[in-house]
Amino acid sequence: MRAGRTAIELLAPVLLVVAAGVIGIFVSQTTEIYFVTALISVSTVVAIYVFVGNSGVLSFGHISFFAVGVWAAGVLSIPEAEKPATMPYLFDFLGSTTVGNVPSLLIAAVVGGLFALLVGLPLMRLSGLAAGIATFAVLGITNNLLRYYEKIGPGLNTFSSVPETTDVLQATVGAVLVIVAAFAYQRSRFGRLLRATREDPAAARAVGVSIYRQRLGSFALSGFLAGFAGGLYIHFIPINVDAVYLDLTFITLAMLVIGGTTSLWGAVVGALFVSALDSVLAEMEDGMTLLGRTIDLPSGSRIIVVSAVMAIVVIVRPGGLTGGREFSLPRLRPAAAR
Amino acid sequence: MNFVRDALDLQVQVDAIGLGAIFALMAVGIGLVFGVMRLVNFAYGQLIMAGAFALAFASERDWPVGVGIALCFAVVLALSLAMERVVFRPLRTQSAAVMLIATFAVAFLLQSIALLWFGPLGKTATSLVQLNRPVEVGGVDIRKITIASIVVAVVCLALLVLLLNRTSIGLHMRAAAIDSQTARLLGVRADLVSTVSVLIAGALAAVVAVMLTVQYPTVTPTFALQETILVLAGVVVGGMTRLLSATLGGFLIGYVSGLLGGALPSSQSQYLPSFLFGLVILVLLIRPDGLFTRRRGLVERV
Repeated sequence: MRAGRTAIELLAPVLLVVAAGVIGIFVSQTTEIYFVTALISVSTVVAIYVFVGNSGVLSFGHISFFAVGVWAAGVLSIPEAEKPATMPYLFDFLGSTTVGNVPSLLIAAVVGGLFALLVGLPLMRLSGLAAGIATFAVLGITNNLLRYYEKIGPGLNTFSSVPETTDVLQATVGAVLVIVAAFAYQRSRFGRLLRATREDPAAARAVGVSIYRQRLGSFALSGFLAGFAGGLYIHFIPINVDAVYLDLTFITLAMLVIGGTTSLWGAVVGALFVSALDSVLAEMEDGMTLLGRTIDLPSGSRIIVVSAVMAIVVIVRPGGLTGGREFSLPRLRPAAAR
Repeated sequence: MNFVRDALDLQVQVDAIGLGAIFALMAVGIGLVFGVMRLVNFAYGQLIMAGAFALAFASERDWPVGVGIALCFAVVLALSLAMERVVFRPLRTQSAAVMLIATFAVAFLLQSIALLWFGPLGKTATSLVQLNRPVEVGGVDIRKITIASIVVAVVCLALLVLLLNRTSIGLHMRAAAIDSQTARLLGVRADLVSTVSVLIAGALAAVVAVMLTVQYPTVTPTFALQETILVLAGVVVGGMTRLLSATLGGFLIGYVSGLLGGALPSSQSQYLPSFLFGLVILVLLIRPDGLFTRRRGLVERV
């Protein structure tokens, strides 16, 4: 019975993501973009969840690991011949190295993880508001450096000519991998120890758990996964550094909070729910025909709706849509067993 | 040692103090609400932005300056009240993280409404730009707005100190800030106290909106966003638990920001945010509970 429940907790989010991927294969080219975006959002939000959900510490800095992943995969996979055009001031070793799709994703993940480890070494001693502000400061520094330091990248220009290898298949596989990693972590000894520190820091410390070490490990893993998600993203759409700053921080945190911060299921549901909402609204901004009526929203209204939904969810249901619980099938369990 | 010489330059010093004064006012607005409700108001910058749009609205119609300022106050205060009623009050019992996320959402809501309404290029508020003209004091050119900022900030802070220390509502607010549960048991009306503190914070936001639009007449949806982020960092660096330490933190980050902005060579000035945020991280690591707090917070033990 226990093993069954565990399997369901992993299977439910995986199946949901695979279902989204399968639908994404059969829809038109333009609609496919929404599905790929949604699947990459799942990877991103689950990556953030690995730290924020398990530790209970709010981080505004995870998009900096995503941004570093975007940067690493972007700079390294732009064909060598194209590099001087967009990035004339590049360091030699970056200019002369070009890697393929899978290696660049791996490098993005490793760079994201190392960066998180490096940042976490001092920062994980903080908690509460100080931690929130410090992670925010990391985001500010990352954005500032990527924006102006043209020896490492294109600066404010777009990462153009990155091979667009992230399709529905790759986005689905990526999301499933991230979910499996997050699940394995939260089931592991380390994940449980970190959750213990979230529930009762004093008691956890009393039984010998090092809050610092558990948070640091989770932070690094979380950065690794976020870097991977960033790699997936830059192989999907050419973007510039300002696309991975405050707005993305907001929308990914909104996804996590709307779904339910403390569960993997919540992270996946939140990412897919908000993505679906966002896609429908985007279509409506372009004018969509629904039941014979044309709905035409002014452009820019989707972020209004998403932030309003987020505010309402926080006020009405602070635990998020899933209540912060993992997926379970209540009817299969007899009442007496509980 | 060019940097030190530039930083000690009287001109740079005066401008930095002027910026610090404005940041200190914002820090008071954020710190006051935090003290009474334990709520970090991320949407504070959007209140200032709304006030700035009100000023721009008035200035584009050539309304008198007084009317524009009155409109700015009316808009910001109404918005503050609405925010308190709709968002802050229902969340009073929630954890700090939930409240922070909620104000984060409100901030983006207001910003995107402004984007939809006024467009990304924004509007221009020009009715008070003559305050940008300098006067010469002892061989240094000081813009009138810098003097005005410092004077207004001092007056506002003095009035606030009087309110907190000499009136009964001030006493109630201080009581609620120290221990809101006990204060309520002793007859402090929580709703009244939180409404008053949000209104005072709103009035300060309106004041800041007036002074910022003089220096940056172009009002866009991201107006005051960068400043608010810095002030939030400054408030935490100073120490959120006391209003004085929060205010000092706000002043300090404004002052340091002005100093670096004036003294960094132009090839490095684009990295100003990195320097500032780096300093913030450094201070937080050395004094996580705040630079100006007396002792470290107690760690709960079993």
